[in-house]
Amino acid sequence: MNKNLVLYASILVFGLAAPFIFPAFKVQLSILCVLIILAVTWNIQGGEMGYNSFGNILFYGLGMYLCASVQVGMFFPLAEWTESGGEKTFVHTPTQFFQGMAVGLVVAAVVPTIVAGLIGYSILGLRGHYFAICTLGLGVAAGEISGGIEIIGAGQGFTTPPFPNVGGLEARGEFFYFCSFFALVFAFITVRGIYSTRFKLILNAIRDNEDKAEAMGIETMKYKIIGWMVSAFFCGLAGGIMGGLVGYIDSTDVAFDGREMGVFMVLMAILGGKGTLWGPVIGATVFHIFKEGFWTFFLGWQYVALGVLIVIIVIYFPEGIMGWLREKFPERFGEVVDEADRKAQVELK
Amino acid sequence: MVFQYPMITVQACLDGILLGVLFALIAYGMALQWGVMNIINIAQGDLVILGGYIAYFMYLYGIHPAWGVIVSPIIMYFVGVGIYKLVINKVVDRDLFISILATFGISILFMQLMNFAFGADVVLANSGYGTTFLFDSNVVLPNSKIFSAVVSIVFAICLVIYMKKSKLGRAIRATAQNARAAKILGVDTEKVYAATFGINAALCGVAGALISITFTIHPYMGLPYTIRSFMIVIVAGLGNLPGVAMSGMGLGVFEEFADYILGTEFRIGSVFLLLVLILVYRRFKLSRKREYLK
Repeated sequence: MNKNLVLYASILVFGLAAPFIFPAFKVQLSILCVLIILAVTWNIQGGEMGYNSFGNILFYGLGMYLCASVQVGMFFPLAEWTESGGEKTFVHTPTQFFQGMAVGLVVAAVVPTIVAGLIGYSILGLRGHYFAICTLGLGVAAGEISGGIEIIGAGQGFTTPPFPNVGGLEARGEFFYFCSFFALVFAFITVRGIYSTRFKLILNAIRDNEDKAEAMGIETMKYKIIGWMVSAFFCGLAGGIMGGLVGYIDSTDVAFDGREMGVFMVLMAILGGKGTLWGPVIGATVFHIFKEGFWTFFLGWQYVALGVLIVIIVIYFPEGIMGWLREKFPERFGEVVDEADRKAQVELK
Repeated sequence: MVFQYPMITVQACLDGILLGVLFALIAYGMALQWGVMNIINIAQGDLVILGGYIAYFMYLYGIHPAWGVIVSPIIMYFVGVGIYKLVINKVVDRDLFISILATFGISILFMQLMNFAFGADVVLANSGYGTTFLFDSNVVLPNSKIFSAVVSIVFAICLVIYMKKSKLGRAIRATAQNARAAKILGVDTEKVYAATFGINAALCGVAGALISITFTIHPYMGLPYTIRSFMIVIVAGLGNLPGVAMSGMGLGVFEEFADYILGTEFRIGSVFLLLVLILVYRRFKLSRKREYLK
């Protein structure tokens, strides 16, 4: 426990100091935080509950649009803003910007949670691959439909309010970094809290055998919906921050980007190791470093590399980094290993 | 609208049925591999588009694109077998989610490779078949659509006969029923799987060639075809060919009406929403008996 405390404290200190140590990478670090949030919260369903969702992108995109719309709509007419060049005529004062952002983030987190709760009962009754394909359909449908709605910019996109003129680019980077970092800390503490209660055991029971879990008297549907709502809350929050960070929202390329974010969150969780607390964090970090480091080499071939990467990870490392570590050092994971038994097994091979 | 403008209704229905036959052909391929190998192939639509590009290239080099219906399945058969040998044979026995994710990766790969190879333009191979006018030219039917529907029906019938009569067809059906028993009785299941995936890809090739003649193709248009065929299969069930044909046509008609009523920009969105609605409907219907979709 004491060792853990030191670890968490050092990560927290590093996180707080990071934008000042690496000022050039502020935007990248903020994106990393958002990616970790997405991976960790995807893991609640995909890893712990055994419901592999492709549709968490729905909440991410919803949060993104909501945050920006609220931020604009609180002070100016939204339709005129999106009609083209609204951001040139209307200017947010710093107070308006931060007020709007704060309210926007709350709305961006709460509304997707409610949406998840409402659709959860219908969607979570599906199992296995039907759930996966259904959520894939939800994500794509949301992208296609939001691309046809005029008031949020339709196909031509939505420019989020530009950062007010206080402190310039440096302040903008720091603001969004701390937003995403605190969201990450919030998400991690929540998820860690959840995982230390009975709730996690119930989720695991649902993953291992849902019928038996139900037979044991667990109201599986209730817990499935709550799990999904927790995911939706943080996906929406992450989406809202990301919208402000990117500065421009497009229905299929930024918000409901199933081809990028939607796959990334699944891939990161699997790369790190599904069903572990730290797996998605490690997976997201490794993935982001790989992506930023090598994307430029592939120049234009990123998606080809992404496709190959997905196939390789899924086929050869379905257990992920944490699974591999667990196989190498089972003692560190609290598993009791009988040395003689292990040796005997090795000899048998 | 249905009664106010009867001609538009007739037009939409005919368009939808002709389109639906094509969907049914793709869905038949998906049902085949799903039933035999227990794999859901997200890259199905991308195989269709690839088949379409083969026909389009024949058209560019001055060969009539209708010959693509013969050439494209032959090439696609080997593409399918290649994909099977490289990727699919490693995921056949695993969790279904693994196969979904792996084929999703293949789908992204294909999408992007096609984007590089053929460019991001919407293309169409002009067959020059002209059009047929019905009801005082109130209903316009391009002959290419009729041609494509006829060709897909011919291919579907050929395939059904092949599956019934030939040795490989029997081996495929045996493997679908019980892979282990088939193996014991001397069926090389590995070969059967490869052939199944190849036949599926060849069907996609036919459908793609027909789509490139009648409609348009674009590297990113693959996923909707996957979703449509998945939807048709879950509505009709595995191995129910008349059901696949009927629900394919039904989906085609639905799409044409959605196109007229909601507008073209919501067409793809409505297809995906329909999938969600169908799944949710089936889920509630089954949950009354305390069952779920398997």
